Amino acid sequence: MHRIKCPFCGERDESEYIYQGDASVSHPPFDASIGDFYRYVYVRDNPKGWHREWWHHVGGCRMWVQVARNTLTHEIYATAPAGGVLDFPEDA
Amino acid sequence: MRTHKQPCRLDTGGSSIQRGKPLRFSFDGKSYTGFEGDTLASALLANGKHLVGRSFKYHRPRGILTASSEEPNALVELRKGAFREPNTRATTIELFEGLVAKSQNRFPSLAFDVLSVNQLFSRFMGAGFYYKTFMWPSSFWEPVYEKFIRRAAGLGRAATLPDPDRYEHAHHHCDVLVIGGGAAGLAAALSAGRSGARVILAEETPRLGGSLSRTDIIDGAPADEWVRNTRRALEALPETQIKTRFCVFGYYDNNIFAAIERVGDHLAATPKHLPRQRLHTIRARKVIFATGALERPVVFDNNDIPGVMLSSAVRCYVDRFAVAPGKSVAIATNNDDAYHTAFALLDAGINIPVLADARLAPSALSERARQLGIRVQHAMLPQCAHGSHRVTALSLQRTDGAFAERVRCDCIGVSGGYSPNVSLISQRGERPRWREDILAFVPETNKTEDIGCAGACHGVFDLNACLQDGFDMGERTAKELGFDVDTQTAPSAPSQEAGAIHPLWRCPGNGKAFVDFQNDVTADDIHLANREGYSSVEHLKRYTTLGMATDQGRTSNVNGLAILALAQGKSIPEVGTTRYRPPAVPVAIGAFAGHERGKNFQPVRRTAMHACHEKFGAVFVEAGQWMRPRYYPELGENMEAAIWREAKLVRENVGVCDVSTLGKIELFGEDAAEFLNRLYINGWSKLPVGKARYGLMLREDGAVFDDGTTSRLGNNHFLMTTTTANAAAVLAHMEKYAQTVWRDLDVHFCSATEQWCGVSVAGPLARETLKAVFKGAVDLSNEALPFMGVREFVWNGTTARIFRISFSGELAYEVNVPWGYGEAMWERIMDAGRAFNIIPYGTEALGVLRIEKGHVAGSELDGRTTATDMGLGSMLSSKKQFIGLPLSRREGMTSPKRPSLVGVKPVKPKQRLRGGAHFVTDIAKKGKIESLGWISSVADSPAVGCWIGLGYIQGGHTRIGEKVTAWYPMKNEMIEVEICDPVFVDPKGERLHG
Repeated sequence: MHRIKCPFCGERDESEYIYQGDASVSHPPFDASIGDFYRYVYVRDNPKGWHREWWHHVGGCRMWVQVARNTLTHEIYATAPAGGVLDFPEDA
Repeated sequence: MRTHKQPCRLDTGGSSIQRGKPLRFSFDGKSYTGFEGDTLASALLANGKHLVGRSFKYHRPRGILTASSEEPNALVELRKGAFREPNTRATTIELFEGLVAKSQNRFPSLAFDVLSVNQLFSRFMGAGFYYKTFMWPSSFWEPVYEKFIRRAAGLGRAATLPDPDRYEHAHHHCDVLVIGGGAAGLAAALSAGRSGARVILAEETPRLGGSLSRTDIIDGAPADEWVRNTRRALEALPETQIKTRFCVFGYYDNNIFAAIERVGDHLAATPKHLPRQRLHTIRARKVIFATGALERPVVFDNNDIPGVMLSSAVRCYVDRFAVAPGKSVAIATNNDDAYHTAFALLDAGINIPVLADARLAPSALSERARQLGIRVQHAMLPQCAHGSHRVTALSLQRTDGAFAERVRCDCIGVSGGYSPNVSLISQRGERPRWREDILAFVPETNKTEDIGCAGACHGVFDLNACLQDGFDMGERTAKELGFDVDTQTAPSAPSQEAGAIHPLWRCPGNGKAFVDFQNDVTADDIHLANREGYSSVEHLKRYTTLGMATDQGRTSNVNGLAILALAQGKSIPEVGTTRYRPPAVPVAIGAFAGHERGKNFQPVRRTAMHACHEKFGAVFVEAGQWMRPRYYPELGENMEAAIWREAKLVRENVGVCDVSTLGKIELFGEDAAEFLNRLYINGWSKLPVGKARYGLMLREDGAVFDDGTTSRLGNNHFLMTTTTANAAAVLAHMEKYAQTVWRDLDVHFCSATEQWCGVSVAGPLARETLKAVFKGAVDLSNEALPFMGVREFVWNGTTARIFRISFSGELAYEVNVPWGYGEAMWERIMDAGRAFNIIPYGTEALGVLRIEKGHVAGSELDGRTTATDMGLGSMLSSKKQFIGLPLSRREGMTSPKRPSLVGVKPVKPKQRLRGGAHFVTDIAKKGKIESLGWISSVADSPAVGCWIGLGYIQGGHTRIGEKVTAWYPMKNEMIEVEICDPVFVDPKGERLHG
């Protein structure tokens, strides 16, 4: 069980959140190519180690939270609100 | 009370039992007597019952190997009927009056098992037997092989009735969790608890003290007395809790633990006010593992005959339960610990024909044993146990394999050394480290600072050292958490000099030498698997099933790894261990479910008008968590007739339907219209205030996501509706874009589903009905409230909203009032409507009406279809950008070959359509069936007078008038259907504009 620090509510159980995928990809502008949208929707890295993720605090404040999480050790390094700067481990 | 004699009960001693409280129990239908404090295993042994089960694969007779929860053999069915629980370990079942247990996996009886002929064929049943034998032909799998395997190789029978017990969930937060209530755990809890830290001491068994024995001395007193004093001291600490019958079985991230508490298992029946078990979730800041160590069996021929027991178990039964496991107990060991068993036996007056010590040289203890008159034989290994249902003799061999002697005995106590119990601590993924000096794996704890180990679970075996270790660990942990620790001295015990351990993995022999008792894996199986190339330890495990049984191989893992290592000429750490996973002990599924079962499985959502529907005799249907009226049968009416009547009368008069479950989201802000423009495929900027519009939204991949009407209540205020099923998903989708993608937009929104309840009033008399309801509070004329018009008004002092929208195709209004007024609104409408023969209609009739009108719903929005597929391509705005537009332009999404929406009806009017049927090409001609599309929704339509449907077919509209075959393979029905326009009723829309 992860304990995730919501920037608005504080540390909460993982069960209050829904995992919403890779936060390192960003929505292309509408005039981008179909290829850009294809990559945005379908193409993901599958990193072993540090990963930027979205966790949606659905059972709390309903905010989307950025999380720096290690997919190997499950360690959580930092969290940040959407639009905020997420501290990310340097070795990643 | 009539009690039976207990032939193997010793006359004195037994710290756990109360001789004044005899208890009757039955095993395999025969009654016996034991004492309060007994386990089922100790009570059976007191009655001379060693044979308690048959083995998994070979159906060999099996006895009791251990005295604790790692028991692989003595698995029984406990209790009767719905309470019957298979595979419970006799060693952990506390005896109660009237206990009923049965042996497992035997046919027809325990003493005579016809399937034990399996062992005659056992040379064909080695490692991977199932994989090799039951491979071909595949058609034999279900009818033949599976049945055979289930019969032959099974554990107990699960109860077939619903679990009648109750289970609860509980949560804890603590500073220090101490797992294990033995000497080290008690010492750790004591020092940590005295600091004021919040401590939970978790002990799996009913009693504290772990493996402390009767003869141990702590702080100058007998160990039992020290345990009692320590318990009292801990109980006096306000922040310290002692939990017994409390087994921690799962270790998860962030020091979160799962534990099972046996609240009622030791009682004849759980009292009504208590659950049978509680599942605890513990969030601990720090944890101290004091889980002790497990003795290993010795691998020699026939080492599974009933009467072969772990040496520590022999000692436990003698000391604690005053049971003689035999009249004549031979001992085989490779370490010092078994000598203590010999001393306990000697004390109890039980004969020890031989103590075979694999070590070459005498130790201090062996000298003492010799002085006490025990026949100690060094450099001597067990060769073979003799007997069938009970040990009768033990053959010994020298280290070179030469036969030495045959000793008569009826019990053999074996000790292959101790393995620290690392199963729980290793669940987090760190592999344990091998220590050659003690021939055991110890936990690797360097990597994280929030866990610590104390005592035997990390290889500290001496009692004095355990006490010191636990005490120090408790103190250090409390200090690290910032608690003040007064310097106190640790409890102490006389130090004992310990002799070394000698490797003893497979005693030479050619017979069946079991490594994993529960899964019947022998040393030969491991060699065979290795020869066949299953050399990785994880492959070995799966191929031979070594360590895969309910005991998770706690008695077998290290012996198995060592034998594999020897076979490969590698060291044990090179071979490595398999991964440990929760749960460390079997846990009833009911405990995980807790209260969340049956009607409490998930929350039930009822609309504000639920009681009204019940009054009308509604039959409800679950729509997600919602309960919606499906139909309202009149007396003697079946479902089909009720639906047909409801759908017909709505078009003739007027009907009312509860639509409160539709998702409602209110949006505010300067950019609310722009936000909607990006969400929906159609435009919203020009929608006037007081108007509603149907909207369709796509997913980013271009497929249709959801639909619904959205109304403009003010310049910067919209009310969106979603389908019932997607209400939560649409809200999350909107939150994603507003929060993470278009943060610059000024838009705010929240769910209003449960703030506003709604009804749809539909039918030619809808306006007359509502006029009678609202009595002039709102102008309902076609001019004031035209089709797609929206008004907010005050009705009886509360705000109401009326929307002239129609799903049925009739003149229809949707009325919303605040949730708490739902019942009042329903009743007013029914009262006023009585003059117009109003009827309530359910979701089924609603479905019929929308199919007749050709409106798409959930079955058409199946996550694969595009707007164009649905015939709604004209809604795609060319003047703006929106979610899903780029990828909806992909070649595959715009292909003219894609099936698109049509109507369908049977050529023979009496025939029934089936949702899910496929449109197929001429089968006779091609011999191969090709699908052209499918039927998505069907209805028995009163308006059309036959079954009708909506579906998707290649070519779509161009096929109107064509006849094709609809094939429904589930019932192998094939009927001829005609493709038609999807709008069956009022294609010009005169009714809804009327």
